[in-house]
Amino acid sequence: MSSTNTGVLNEVKSVAPINRSKLSFVLGDVVFKFTALFFALVVLMLLIGIVAMLIQGSLPAFQAFGWGFITGNDWDPVQDIYGAWPSLVGTLVAALIAMLIGLPLSFGIAIFITEMAPQWLKRPVGTAVELLAAVPSIIYGMWGLFFFAPFFAAYIQPGLVAVLGPLPIFGVLFQMPTLGGSSGVSVLTAGIVLAIMVIPFMASVMRDVFEIVPGSLRESAYAMGATTWEVVWNVVLPYTKTGVVGGVMLGLGRALGETMAVTFIIGNASQLGSSLLDPGTTIAAKLANEFNEADGLQMDSLVAMGLILFIITFVVLMLSKLMLMRLAASQEGSKT
Amino acid sequence: MSTMAEPQSGKVSFNMAAAVTKKSSGTEQSMAQKVNGVRHVPNGKLILRDVNFFYGNFQGLHDINVSFPERQVTAMIGPSGCGKSTLLRAINRIYDLYPGQRAEGEIVMDGHNMLDKAMDVNQLRAKIGMVFQKPTPFPMSIYDNIAFGVKLYESLSKSDMNDRVEWALRKGAIWDEVKDKLGQAGTALSGGQQQRLCIARSIAVKPEVILFDEPTSALDPLATLKIEELIHELKSEFTVVIVTHNMQQAARVSDYTAFMYMGKMVEYDHTNVIFTMPDKKETEDYITGRFG
Repeated sequence: MSSTNTGVLNEVKSVAPINRSKLSFVLGDVVFKFTALFFALVVLMLLIGIVAMLIQGSLPAFQAFGWGFITGNDWDPVQDIYGAWPSLVGTLVAALIAMLIGLPLSFGIAIFITEMAPQWLKRPVGTAVELLAAVPSIIYGMWGLFFFAPFFAAYIQPGLVAVLGPLPIFGVLFQMPTLGGSSGVSVLTAGIVLAIMVIPFMASVMRDVFEIVPGSLRESAYAMGATTWEVVWNVVLPYTKTGVVGGVMLGLGRALGETMAVTFIIGNASQLGSSLLDPGTTIAAKLANEFNEADGLQMDSLVAMGLILFIITFVVLMLSKLMLMRLAASQEGSKT
Repeated sequence: MSTMAEPQSGKVSFNMAAAVTKKSSGTEQSMAQKVNGVRHVPNGKLILRDVNFFYGNFQGLHDINVSFPERQVTAMIGPSGCGKSTLLRAINRIYDLYPGQRAEGEIVMDGHNMLDKAMDVNQLRAKIGMVFQKPTPFPMSIYDNIAFGVKLYESLSKSDMNDRVEWALRKGAIWDEVKDKLGQAGTALSGGQQQRLCIARSIAVKPEVILFDEPTSALDPLATLKIEELIHELKSEFTVVIVTHNMQQAARVSDYTAFMYMGKMVEYDHTNVIFTMPDKKETEDYITGRFG
């Protein structure tokens, strides 16, 4: 009996504390707001700090070589002459190869999982693709160096040279390697391994965005009598293009910056060969290889290359943002 | 398999002699040709015989025997989950997309059984257009929304395609509203316009049958009215089957009405018969709102 009475009393009392706690409530909100702001600013400061350090560290290199640093072909610590061109081209070419191979494969994987795979196969394939992303890049590097590169040199490279080598213009890219032996380490093998590494990112992003296409939209395209390919190409892909571009940029960012695996497989040659089968190097690989023993102008040049890599990835990111904005803004469809 | 009390009367239902003995009361004219509450319609464009439909182990349709007349509007009414949309989805075999869903029986159009495994589904769907509950413009321009379906079957010259697009948009009663912005995205139109665009898109491939799955349930009254007028016009050239939750709409647009309940075709007759003197008590209860 008395317990019910106190229960009622407590309820009545409890009205007042709500009003009193309002101040601390507001205070908590303010504190939270500034804490969050602080965290956000820390990220910005870090970014500014990194850029500032890169610029400051690379100044001596640019003062010594000017714009010639970017186009310079030599990397000669003995004469203290440095040029970024071979590494820069290697970075871009390896990433391009990775995209050329990885993009269609990822697209196919995503389409298969979302549109064609029977229910029991969807999860295993999806999980396998995601697990590819969980493999540490050093493992890819080891696998590439000890297994894939020799395999490539023994079985694929001769075929490529024989078939594509004689082609006009295009064939230059597929000549037998002139620099170094034919152990299989080359820009092309690095690009292929990079492709395998970026596939899980691109494929899982594409799969996720393909799955958000409304069932009724997909059905209405099928109801027109379209085949799976026509539905995917004309309806699913345009509907999800922003997400797909996002996924591709994620993969491209990874391909440009990947260090460990590439260092293992690309051969780390300082010269630029004309054939894709020649060993080469990328900016990231160069940095990883030489930072330990570098000092003076060599160190400055390495930092300068870091700055260039940063600018490249920044530009890629910016272009993708721009592209997404243009896609979103354009209400204009293509009239054929 | 069948849970119906009546004997297996699928093929018999098209036999008028058997039908005459079925019912003795009511108006002779309207009752004479009905079997199990389903009126026999001669010259049916779509003839369904013993159609059963399964979602895995769940049976969605039970022994549907009905014939939809050519160049008329047939409405399907009934409470949610009664199987009317399922029936529509069986007709153009859109259920094929989903493993575990299957239909048995025959759906015959122009002498061909649509449910035949050998039937080319894509060719079938070219003849049977479908308009969905929510407008589903494709993510492309208004022009391409129309041209998309046409390109799947025909390769027209640019000027022929322009003509076809204009023709379809006129048929869809939306030409005047979009003729100056054919290059704009179809998704930028209003809901009602999008739905008419979708109808025009179905028309563009010159189908023989158009299926409407609650085409106005996402639209405002004015847009609904326009769609209903459009459906009324369409029947001069197309066989129309429309699923609707709105009984006034069924009464307004259709020539024939089918009342379905629990996966069974309870009654099928001229719309005015269904709405004025239905045979079955369930039909009467439903249309007078006394259902459940």
